[in-house]
Amino acid sequence: MPSLGADMEAGTLIEWLKEPGDAVASGDLLAVVETQKGAIEVEVFEAGTLEEYLVEIGKKVPVGTPLAMIRVEGEVVVERAVEVKAAAPEPTTPDPVPTAPAPAPHPKGDRIRITPAALRLAQRKGIDPRKLGDIGTGPDGAFTLADIEGATPSPASPLDGMRTAIAAAMTRSKAEIPHYYLAHAVDLSTAQAFVEQVNANRAPDQRLLLGALYLKAVAKALRKYSEFNGYFTSGGFQPASAINPGMAITLRGGGLVAPAILDADSHTLDDLMASMRDLAGRVRAGRFRATELSDATITVSSLGERGVDQLFGVIYPPQVAIIGIGTPRQRPFVVNGAVKPRLTTTLTLAADHRVSDGHRGALFLRAIDKHLQKPEKL
Amino acid sequence: MTQTDIEALLKAELHLIAPDIEIEDVDRDEDLREEFDIDSLDFLNLVTALGKALNTPMPEADYAKMGTFNEIIAYLTQKAA
Repeated sequence: MPSLGADMEAGTLIEWLKEPGDAVASGDLLAVVETQKGAIEVEVFEAGTLEEYLVEIGKKVPVGTPLAMIRVEGEVVVERAVEVKAAAPEPTTPDPVPTAPAPAPHPKGDRIRITPAALRLAQRKGIDPRKLGDIGTGPDGAFTLADIEGATPSPASPLDGMRTAIAAAMTRSKAEIPHYYLAHAVDLSTAQAFVEQVNANRAPDQRLLLGALYLKAVAKALRKYSEFNGYFTSGGFQPASAINPGMAITLRGGGLVAPAILDADSHTLDDLMASMRDLAGRVRAGRFRATELSDATITVSSLGERGVDQLFGVIYPPQVAIIGIGTPRQRPFVVNGAVKPRLTTTLTLAADHRVSDGHRGALFLRAIDKHLQKPEKL
Repeated sequence: MTQTDIEALLKAELHLIAPDIEIEDVDRDEDLREEFDIDSLDFLNLVTALGKALNTPMPEADYAKMGTFNEIIAYLTQKAA
């Protein structure tokens, strides 16, 4: 069970995407895991053959628990369980042998037994099997297809879990991180004109949005201001070697996630735009890869077209900064000594005072502004 | 393609983007983005899908003519005519 965030302690296996005997390659999607952040796909990190499942569908296990046994090519005897992701330094349950299920009744809590068919039906019907009671009518108290067919959908939504995750991360952030805040008004007229000009002769699926320019401008500025890009852990601040801004994506009905766009500073605007569309589409469909959440080295949150002027962010630990971009609006702006209507926004920075100071933060915001004034060079 | 076809297409595409919004509940003459709570990326996806389905360019310069549900239908009906 990979760690999909500093606050994650356990996850529930909800679907296998490979079967025993299947050949797997590094990067293949192996399973789907339900976490407080929603359903997340888990990747394979070693090539070989899927030997056996070590965790049953529907089971909630601690981070670090081996999920499956993968026989590496050339390996004749299976001697060890391969962790799907080596995110946790030590497996909290070192015993890779699946233990016999405890006889019913089960203790109250999240651990339940359910057959795979029943679980699929439960997911389709929007039923949370954990709310059906302690035991089902099947062997060892497992919930069966019949149990689920007879159940009515529970009103609780998966967003409850997401709200819990946001609450945990944000509470920790406000308790541990001494935030400081800066704001800077930015003229977006040049950037907007650039986008309109580029889009004029393009089919819709090739068009740019200002959001791609924001990401690239932030990413380029981070090359020089590396103290805003990385993680603060028990060992202090560690600047990240790559620039992977997390793009905050709101979910319909509530909640948000900020998966990473990898190496944003070295991609073209068209590439970034394609990545943003892909990511937003998958996030809203509830499917994104585990690594995409934990890879973000800073967060960029844009209010879009229907928001308000400014956004003062809360840093997502263990990151050390979050950039907020207000809704662009026509405002009176002084240009060459005359007041002109210009499309403007307010750029904000919330940053960790243990790592940086307002002086550098201000220079960082101005650097982003400068990049936005030369959109053709982004 | 008739106006009825276009309306059905628009409804279907909006349902994919905003499955939680019932078309019966929205004001068809109010701001589409407000009514369906969609952002600029959603809107771009909508334009992409409509343009592909109807095989018509939907230039960004025309976005002002696509402000509401009814405006989009009128715009596309006129293009199809």
